[in-house]
Amino acid sequence: MIEVQHLTKRYGPFTAVDDVSFKVEKGEILGFLGPNGAGKTTTMRVLTGYMPATDGKALVAGYDVFDQPIEAKRRTGYLPETPPLYPDMTVRDYLTFVARIKGVPRQERKARVETVMERTRVADMAKRHCGKLSKGYKQRVGLAQAIIHNPDVLILDEPTAGLDPKQIIETRQLIKELAGDHTIILSTHILPEVSQTCQRVVIINKGRVVAVDTPENLTSRLRGSETMYVQVDAPGADVIGALSAVPGVTRVASATVPGTVTAFEVDSEAGRDVRRDLAATIVTRGWGLLELRPMRMSLEDIFLHLTTEEAPHA
Amino acid sequence: MRNILAIAHRETKAYFGSPIAYVVIGVYALLFGYFFYALLIYFDRQSMQMAGMGGPQSVNINEQLIRPVFLNSNVILLFMLPLITMRTYSEEKRSGTIELLLTSPLTDFQIIMGKFLGAMTLYGAVIGITLIHMALLFAFGQPEWKPIATAYLGMLLMGGCFISVGLLISSVTKNQIVAAVLTWGVFLLLWVINWIASFMGPTTAAVLNYLSITGHLEDFTAGVLDTRHLVYYVSFITFGLFLTARSVDTERWRG
Repeated sequence: MIEVQHLTKRYGPFTAVDDVSFKVEKGEILGFLGPNGAGKTTTMRVLTGYMPATDGKALVAGYDVFDQPIEAKRRTGYLPETPPLYPDMTVRDYLTFVARIKGVPRQERKARVETVMERTRVADMAKRHCGKLSKGYKQRVGLAQAIIHNPDVLILDEPTAGLDPKQIIETRQLIKELAGDHTIILSTHILPEVSQTCQRVVIINKGRVVAVDTPENLTSRLRGSETMYVQVDAPGADVIGALSAVPGVTRVASATVPGTVTAFEVDSEAGRDVRRDLAATIVTRGWGLLELRPMRMSLEDIFLHLTTEEAPHA
Repeated sequence: MRNILAIAHRETKAYFGSPIAYVVIGVYALLFGYFFYALLIYFDRQSMQMAGMGGPQSVNINEQLIRPVFLNSNVILLFMLPLITMRTYSEEKRSGTIELLLTSPLTDFQIIMGKFLGAMTLYGAVIGITLIHMALLFAFGQPEWKPIATAYLGMLLMGGCFISVGLLISSVTKNQIVAAVLTWGVFLLLWVINWIASFMGPTTAAVLNYLSITGHLEDFTAGVLDTRHLVYYVSFITFGLFLTARSVDTERWRG
């Protein structure tokens, strides 16, 4: 449903997003996790057609956001970091206006506005001016405008930022409810948020994708094991089998690298240093050991910068 | 077209849903009324004198009253139009609603035209107030309606030029005060640019005279529909809106 290929965005000499690629399947909730300034908002802005990418491609519902922006935008709902509300308009007027510019046909507009107001629980504020709403209501009206044209894809930039714990729980619940009909990308810098709402996580740092995995795997990788990156020059040999036999190793996967050398990711039990044994295994078989280094570091670095606990609300 | 109207409708609502429209219209009505009154008593005195000297039975009300009222009252617009246009883009940028517009299935052209039409609607309402004064003249005298019609057309076109410049300037800044001051500066410059024309060589003088945004209004208020002026105004507006489109697009690339 969403496909991002080698996306790069530079602001002058500064690279905000560097060669980012990922895919989101229909009906999935993808979490976009990274510390502040990692490039989450920039990626989302490119996906929504707000700004063009310097390089690379992004497809939404099969339409290139740069070449066919109107078609792509028709199928995208977007909640920016600050909900884009007009303070002087009432909630109902505002949603009617958004429905109009998003191309909801005149006959359906009224019903659609009432439906989304019910769904996002803002109906009681229909006549209130947007500027006079509380933070939680603003966020919900923001969500309401994002889903008003029933888009295939929903892009939510920090949908729970600045809300109190009760509102956060409500918002997450709402997002989960929306997941069936829409494909959702949501960004956050809060670790527990992804494990509670998302099926898959893209971790991004300094503009680069660091990891793509399910929240469970990520957490176990973080807590339970260490990963080693090994490059071996052994054409045709069963390296995976040999490495798996090393005591303490829990998983060996090949990492693709061009050329004849082969690279592997080796997971091992926590707290057990398998480097010595790995090296011995490779060398005694007469293979060339080209590289051996722990991989986990970068990921750990990121997690250090993430909020790992729910912020006590101020 | 549907999208243009949607934007224009929201813009108009924003003007009329807030005090902006009423303050602008009210102050304009007050000042225009004063201009009208001042020129009316002057006209009154003049026609009395003419009659006393046994001159022509009546002086031309179109030439002697209506035309100077329109030309002189322009100065009010000079001060007010920047206040109408300053918010068009600046406010959307500051509040973040620009993200809504730019991520909706709209083209930049539709957004710009919508904003232009919205501002033109308010402007139309502003100068529409003066129809009351014209009605008074028709009630108590016999002015010709045709020069009045062309004068209104000229006023609309001139306002269109100012609004297109205002849109352009509003699209380059987040700050409404900056937008207003810059717009006002440009308006004033375009207003007085031909003052130095008589001291310049013939070519420069012609260029300066042609550039003057208000100079082109004079024929309209005299009841003359000259294609030269029509071309000037229409191309000015088109160019202003075109540059606005470029500016919006550039902002988008810069992020």
